[in-house]
Amino acid sequence: MTQNNKIKINFMNKRKPAMAASLLLILVSLVSLFTNGLNLGIDFTGGYLIEAGYQQDVDVNRVRDALAEAGFKDAQVQNFGSSKDIIVRIAPRDDINKASIGDSILEVLNSTADEPVNLRRLEFVGPQVGDELRDDGGIALLVALGGILIYISLRFQLKSAVGAILALVHDVIITMGIFSLFQIEFDLTVLAAILAVIGYSLNDTVVVLDRIRETFRSVRKTGAEDILNMSINDTLSRTLVTSLTTLLVLLALFFLGGEIIHGFALALIIGVVVGTYSSIYIASSTLMMMHIHKQDFLVVAKEELVDDNP
Amino acid sequence: MLNQYPLWKYILLVVVLLFSSIYALPNLYGEDPAVQVSHRTKSLTEEDRLLVEQTLKKKQIPFKSSSVVERHLLVRFNDTETQLQAASALKESLGKQYLIALNLAPATPEWLRALNAQPMYLGLDLRGGVHFLMEVDMVAAIKRLEESLLTDIRTYLREEKIRYRGVRRDDQGLHISFRKLENLQKAASKLPRQFRDLEFTEDEENLTINAKLTEVAIRNEKKAALQQNVITLRNRVNELGVAEPVIQQQGDNRIVVQLPGIQDTAGAKKILGATATLEFRLTEGSRSEWLDAEESGRIPLNALLYHERDGSPVLLNRRVIVTGDQIVDAASTIDSQSGTPAVNVRLNSKGAGRMGDTTRENIGRPMAVVFIENKIETKKVGDTVTKHRTTTKEVINVATIRGQFSNRFQITGLESMEARDLALLLRAGSLRAPVEIIEERTVGPSLGKDNIEKGFISVVIGFCLVLVFMAVYYKAFGMIANVALTANLIIIVAILSLLQATLTLPGIAGIVLTVGMAVDANVLIFERIKEELRNGNSPQASIHAGYEKAFSTITDANVTTLLAAIVLFTLGTGPVKGFAVTLSIGILTSMFTAIVGTRAIVNLLYGGREIKKLSI
Repeated sequence: MTQNNKIKINFMNKRKPAMAASLLLILVSLVSLFTNGLNLGIDFTGGYLIEAGYQQDVDVNRVRDALAEAGFKDAQVQNFGSSKDIIVRIAPRDDINKASIGDSILEVLNSTADEPVNLRRLEFVGPQVGDELRDDGGIALLVALGGILIYISLRFQLKSAVGAILALVHDVIITMGIFSLFQIEFDLTVLAAILAVIGYSLNDTVVVLDRIRETFRSVRKTGAEDILNMSINDTLSRTLVTSLTTLLVLLALFFLGGEIIHGFALALIIGVVVGTYSSIYIASSTLMMMHIHKQDFLVVAKEELVDDNP
Repeated sequence: MLNQYPLWKYILLVVVLLFSSIYALPNLYGEDPAVQVSHRTKSLTEEDRLLVEQTLKKKQIPFKSSSVVERHLLVRFNDTETQLQAASALKESLGKQYLIALNLAPATPEWLRALNAQPMYLGLDLRGGVHFLMEVDMVAAIKRLEESLLTDIRTYLREEKIRYRGVRRDDQGLHISFRKLENLQKAASKLPRQFRDLEFTEDEENLTINAKLTEVAIRNEKKAALQQNVITLRNRVNELGVAEPVIQQQGDNRIVVQLPGIQDTAGAKKILGATATLEFRLTEGSRSEWLDAEESGRIPLNALLYHERDGSPVLLNRRVIVTGDQIVDAASTIDSQSGTPAVNVRLNSKGAGRMGDTTRENIGRPMAVVFIENKIETKKVGDTVTKHRTTTKEVINVATIRGQFSNRFQITGLESMEARDLALLLRAGSLRAPVEIIEERTVGPSLGKDNIEKGFISVVIGFCLVLVFMAVYYKAFGMIANVALTANLIIIVAILSLLQATLTLPGIAGIVLTVGMAVDANVLIFERIKEELRNGNSPQASIHAGYEKAFSTITDANVTTLLAAIVLFTLGTGPVKGFAVTLSIGILTSMFTAIVGTRAIVNLLYGGREIKKLSI
C-alpha cells in the first residue's frame, strides 16, 4: 500500500547512553555558561555599535589605531560580511555615555578613508535600557516556561508536564551553552529565537506525549517500555519530516538572510536539532524514570473524553 | 458518504482566499519617490495642489501625479533624482510656512486604494531611518514645578502682607521660615486654600512651615510634562521635514520617536534633545562692579552672576523679563547692519506687555539675552546608574535699550548654525522637562534595502524548498499541502497589510519560520492517514480518521507555540515584537489552511466516490 514501512527502532534500550550524552552536554553547557558566560550584545550591555561600508577593502588595524588615537581605546573593530564592511563596537564607559558619541566615531571612520564611509547601522543602547532588556528577557523566558508547564499539566498530567519541561530546559541550556562555548554574540534576536525554540521544542514533545497517552489507552497488557517505543516509532517520521522542513527554511534564512539575522537563524537551527532529539529521548526517558503507568492516564480519561468531543 | 463538505464551507474558503488576495496585492507594486508638502497651520487644499503643480511645470520638473492626502499634499516622481530636484525647488518657491519632506509613497493602483488596500508597513530596519527612545527627566520636571510654586508663595505672602524670613527649596520640599509665630499661624491658615497642590505642615518650634507636593499634583505634573514634551517633539520633527514620523508615549516617562528615511541623524538628534531657550534680563551695576563681583565672590542680593561667551562676567537682575515660553515665532536671518546671523523674535501678548513696560522704564540701561541649555547624561559605574544634570547659561548679547519695543525684535550674538537651530527650537516650543536619548537605532538606507532583498530572497527560497520536499515526499497530498501553504502565505501578508502591523526583519524571519512549521499540521494528518492505511482501513475511512485523530494533537502543539509567541509579544520590544506578531498570525492561519483548506481539496478530489489507492 505504501512504500514507507513502519520504522522499528528500539529507542528505549538506548536511553541510558542517551541520557548520559544529554547530561554531559548539559554539564559542559552549564560550566561554559558559568565560566565564560554569554557574549552579550549591546542590547543587553549597553554601548555603541556602528556598521559602516567603505568603497575599497578596509584595513581593520588602521581603523582600530585611528579610533584609539581619538580616545576609543577599547573599540572592537571587525570585518562584517565583506572585506569592505566593518563593524565597530564600543562598550559603555564611565566617561562616555552620550548619544552623540556615535557621530564622533563616524567622523573618525571618515578620516580613515578617502571617500566618506556609508553608515549602514548605528545603535546606541543606554545603560538603563540594557539592564531592563536583560531583566525583561530573563522574565520572558521564565514566564514562557511557567505558562507552558501550566498548560501541559492541565492538558496531560503532571508526569508528562515534568517530562516536557525537562526536555525544554535541556534544549534551552544546550542552545545557550553552544552560544557561550563559541562566544557567539547573544542579542535580542537570539533571545527571541530561544523563545521560539521553546515553542518549537514543545510542539514536538507534545506530539510524542499525545501519542504515548493514546497508546497507553488503546494497547493492553504491554510494558511501559514497549509502549513508549511504539509511540516514538509511530511519530518518528512526522518528527523528522517537520524538523526537516523547518531546517530547510532556517538554512535558507541562515545563508541568505544577511548578517543581522545570522545569530537568530543559528539559535533556531541548534534549537530545532536539539529539540528533535529531546522530544524523542528526554521526555520519554523522564516518563520511564518516574515509572509511568497506564493508571496515570486512565485517571484523566474522563476529562479527556469531554475534551476530545466538542 | 464520507469526506464531503457542505457547499458553504467551500464558499467560505473561496471568499477568504479572494479577500486575502486583494489585500495582499498592494505589496507587489513597490513605491514611488515622493515629496510631501504640508503647511505649518492649515490643511492643504486643491488650490495648493494647483500651485505646486504650476511651480513644478514652470521649473520643468516632471512628476507622475499629485494628490491631497489628509492634511498634506503628495507629489509622486519617477526617480529619486527628480524628487530631490523638486524638493529643493518647492522649498525655494513656496515660502517658510510650507514644510517639505521626502517620502516613499506606495504605488498602489487607484482601484485597490479605493478598497483601502495598502501594502505592509515597513519597519525602520527595512526602510532605513532612526529610532530614538527618550527618557523624560521627571525629577527635573518636579523641581521646576516646585520652583515656580516657590516664586508664587513669595509673591502671595508679599501681597497678603505676611512677613516672612525666607523661602527655600530642597529635596524634602519647600520651607517657609518666619520670625514671629503669629505670622506663621496667619500664613498657615491662608496658604492651604491658595495652594491646593501642596500639603503644609507647621513646625512651630523652628518657626517654619514645610510644604510638599501632593501625590495627585506630582502625578499630574508628570503626565503634563510627558504630554507637553510629546507635543514639542512633534513640532520639532515637523520642522525637520520628516514624512510619517512616529512620536509616542511609552510607559510613564519615555517617548519613542521614529523618523523614517532621515539622512542627517546627528542634526536630528541635536534638535530633538535640545532644551535650548532664551531669557531676557536687565543688567545690574557697571562693568567694573561685575569684575569685582567675580573676584571677590560677593554678589549683590538682587543680582546673579553670569558669563558671556568670552568668559567675562556679567551681573544680571534676578527678575526675568521674558522667557522663551513667551516667544510665539522666531526666524533666523542676517542682521542688516552688522551682517552677522540674527534671530527675529515675536512675543505673545503677555510677554510683549512685560517687554514693553520694562524697555519703556529702562531706556539707556543694558539688557542681556541669556542662552540656556539643559543636558542630562546617565552614567553607569559598576552597578549603580546615576544621572548627571548640567545646565549651561551663557549671556550671548548685552545691548543698551535705545527705545521702547514690545512684541518684535532681533537678537544677535550667535553663530549662523546656532541662529537657525535656536529659531527652530523657539518656534517648536520648549520641552517642559529635559529629555535624554537612552536608545538609538539608525539604519542607513542601503542596509534597509539590503535587508528587504535578503529577507525576500530567504522567504522565497525557503518556501520553494519546502514545496519541493512536500511534493516529492507526499506526492498528490503533498501538492495539496503546497496549495494550502501558498494560501497561508497570502493570508499572512493580507492580515499584516490589513492590520498595518510593522514588518521588521525578524518579522520576515517569523514568516519564514511559519512556512517551515505550517506544514507540520499537514505532516501530522498525512502520517495518520498513512498509518490508518497500513492498519488496513479503506482510503476513505483513513482520510476521515486521519483528520479526526490528528486534530487534538495539532491544537495542543500549536497552542504551546502560541503561548511562547504571546509571551514574546508582551515582554519584547520593537523588532522582537515584529517576530512575535508574524509568528502568532502564522500559527493561526496555518491551522486554518492546513486543516480546513486541505480537507476541502481532499474532499473535492476524493470525497463521495470509491477509491482504491491514495497517492500519499
